[in-house]
Amino acid sequence: MELWQEIIVAAFLVIAGVFGFVGSYGLIKLPDPMTRLHGPTKTTTLGVGGVLIASMIYFVFADAKFSFHELMITLFLFLTAPITAHFIAKANLHTSVKRADVSPTGSDRPWAGFESDEDRRIAETKGTIGE
Amino acid sequence: MILPYALMFATGCFCLALLMNLWSVIMSSGVPDRILALDTMVINFIAILVLFGIIEGTAIFFEVSILIAMVGFISTVAYARFMLRGNIIE
Repeated sequence: MELWQEIIVAAFLVIAGVFGFVGSYGLIKLPDPMTRLHGPTKTTTLGVGGVLIASMIYFVFADAKFSFHELMITLFLFLTAPITAHFIAKANLHTSVKRADVSPTGSDRPWAGFESDEDRRIAETKGTIGE
Repeated sequence: MILPYALMFATGCFCLALLMNLWSVIMSSGVPDRILALDTMVINFIAILVLFGIIEGTAIFFEVSILIAMVGFISTVAYARFMLRGNIIE
């Protein structure tokens, strides 16, 4: 590999390393659970994306062949990170926030994390939800 | 020339990140925080695997990374769903 190719790969690696470190540091440093959700879900995903881009460029330059594995891993991680963040946020709401403290939904049903089976049965008999 | 140093730097960063995640799993309060720290551990471990693949120069670690990403996603969703509903498959 020539020097400029190594510089490109090394720049992606260094940026990715810094992002991964900062994301995991934020998991310790940030004050409450909902803000702690920001560090891993955005920053660490970006760090892994940087490593995968660096790996893709490295194998293009070193072996002169393009591999799609990294693109698959990137696609999978970028699709699943918001889903896991959403689930963990709902679990946080369910465990640490009281139902009376959240803002109103604008309908007669509560937020999904707080809806009990009783509420759901009432909504079904009223016909506000289908099926 | 500079690539081994960059690889060393990135591997060190992600190893420190894994140690901090372990600290956060042990010391944080509340189950959702621990689930979040475990999910972050999985993501950092994928990054370390890909870095190891670059160091070794083989492409065999990408399949391992895909498998670990899938298992990590499924386990995180299962944990969070167990927290929410009390069971996983209703």
